Amino acid sequence: MRGRTGAARYALRAASLTTALVAWQLLTSLDVDLWLRFSQFPTVADVARAFGERLGGDDYWTDLTDSLTRILTGFLLAAVLGIATGVAVARSRLAEDLLGPLLEVLRPIPAIALVPVAILLFPSNEQGIVFITCAAAFFPVLVSTRHAVRALTPVWEEAVRTMGGGRGRILATVVLPGALPGIFGGLSVGIGVSWICVISAEMISGQYGVGYRTWQDYTVVDYPGVFVGMVTIGILGWLTSTAVELLGRRLTRWLPRTSYVPGARARTPGRAAPAGPAPTAVRPEEARDEHLV
Amino acid sequence: MSTSSETRTSTGRAPADPAASAASAASAASVNEPAPVRGTRLTLRAATLGRPDSTALADVDLDVSPGEILTVVGSSGCGKSTLLRTLAGLLPALAGAVEQDGLRIEGPAATRALVFQEDALLPWLTLRANVELPLAIKGVPRTERRRQAQSWLDRVGLADRSGQLPHRVSGGQRQRAQLARALAPRPRAVLMDEPFGALDAQTRAGMQDLLVEVLHGTGATVVFVTHDVDEALFLGDRVALLGSGRLTAVCEVPRPRDRAAHDDPARAALRREVLTSLST
Repeated sequence: MRGRTGAARYALRAASLTTALVAWQLLTSLDVDLWLRFSQFPTVADVARAFGERLGGDDYWTDLTDSLTRILTGFLLAAVLGIATGVAVARSRLAEDLLGPLLEVLRPIPAIALVPVAILLFPSNEQGIVFITCAAAFFPVLVSTRHAVRALTPVWEEAVRTMGGGRGRILATVVLPGALPGIFGGLSVGIGVSWICVISAEMISGQYGVGYRTWQDYTVVDYPGVFVGMVTIGILGWLTSTAVELLGRRLTRWLPRTSYVPGARARTPGRAAPAGPAPTAVRPEEARDEHLV
Repeated sequence: MSTSSETRTSTGRAPADPAASAASAASAASVNEPAPVRGTRLTLRAATLGRPDSTALADVDLDVSPGEILTVVGSSGCGKSTLLRTLAGLLPALAGAVEQDGLRIEGPAATRALVFQEDALLPWLTLRANVELPLAIKGVPRTERRRQAQSWLDRVGLADRSGQLPHRVSGGQRQRAQLARALAPRPRAVLMDEPFGALDAQTRAGMQDLLVEVLHGTGATVVFVTHDVDEALFLGDRVALLGSGRLTAVCEVPRPRDRAAHDDPARAALRREVLTSLST
């Protein structure tokens, strides 16, 4: 029964994507021109053909690996720096006084506005792009970490202190695991912002990279190529944020999740009836929550 | 029920007596534990307790002798928790002296375990990992601490629950696990802050019996805070009464940890006295 609901949900998701593609194909192939003008727009078939050609060439894969290397480097740096700074600012008054004002002044500056800074500071464009990507993801991670650490239940820390645990022990056994759900909120936002910035930075100053290629195609009026770039960015962004999401779920499996109860959707009697013993197999898991002594 | 309470009474509250400690050592050996540690003396002299901006208790003189169970009763907000947190070392005294065996209490220490009212288990660790934590802090090697943690979980009746996360078990089971976690590192004092306050009456009585049973042979000094007068009279060798920011009285309890003593005239008189003093 679980499989069927799962399959049904995937079918629905696929249908949603397919509908969008069909609508796009119809609007463009029929050259619809109702205020919004689709006549110049490449059709799905054009884009697919261009995509196929690109996949066969070397440049596409170079672009892909370049962009991925940049974003992963920048994002991982941002994650480490953001979590470390967030914990420091939330836990130490000295760190808060020293870093707080500086961070608050820097935070409103859009990462992409740091392009001039990056060009001045770094010897190569490559490092500049990584810097901008890192700056973009750093603040969401920092802010969510700071909030998550401040919101920790004090009793957990007191428990470890009365066991004789020191600062390091508290950090490792209470602060980091306890703040993890909040930190992952920041990481999810961070990876999204990172993509925006890595693509923009590549458009401005890159050599190779999906953003660079997309902008190149635009300047030579290769519209299907532009769409291949956009689709690529969409898929990569989706994959990376899903990866962050899955990792987050894996590391925070201890969270009591009401919306994540197995078989939660199996309530409709029509579906549950033919499934036979399946619901009873699911029950004990749920019932455990209500166990008496 | 009364068997478990009698065992503790019969072991005697006289840790200085070598025969008694030998007896308790023998009973502890049944679960392969090392020899029990002796209790510790906790002393407050002319102590003022609370946070700097709000004093909770003033002028407290209290001496808890080694191995004694002292219960502390008082209405909510009277400073019971403050007293306990000060003894734990989480809160410095504003004035006066707070000592353990004559030495000033400077901060939290593993020799004084604290049991909280609820949800003090780390939710991302299984029950066993929670019990192992204080042992890990103490530096007990991995296999040994796993064995000790499991043995403590067995003792509190959670043998088959050790791999569960705290939110997967009931409130009573969580408190049992907390008890195991507090006792596993063999503390010399156990400070309990309304540990059964959130439990229903039936579970509560069971937990009281369990507490008496697992304390048996540990020789640890216990300070047990509660707002339930019957609980205080059942568990305590002595009962300390708190009211209007002061320690108002400390009374000896006749026949502690004896369920049958409920009808004892001396106990009933004390119960009335405590209730009267709490309501004023």
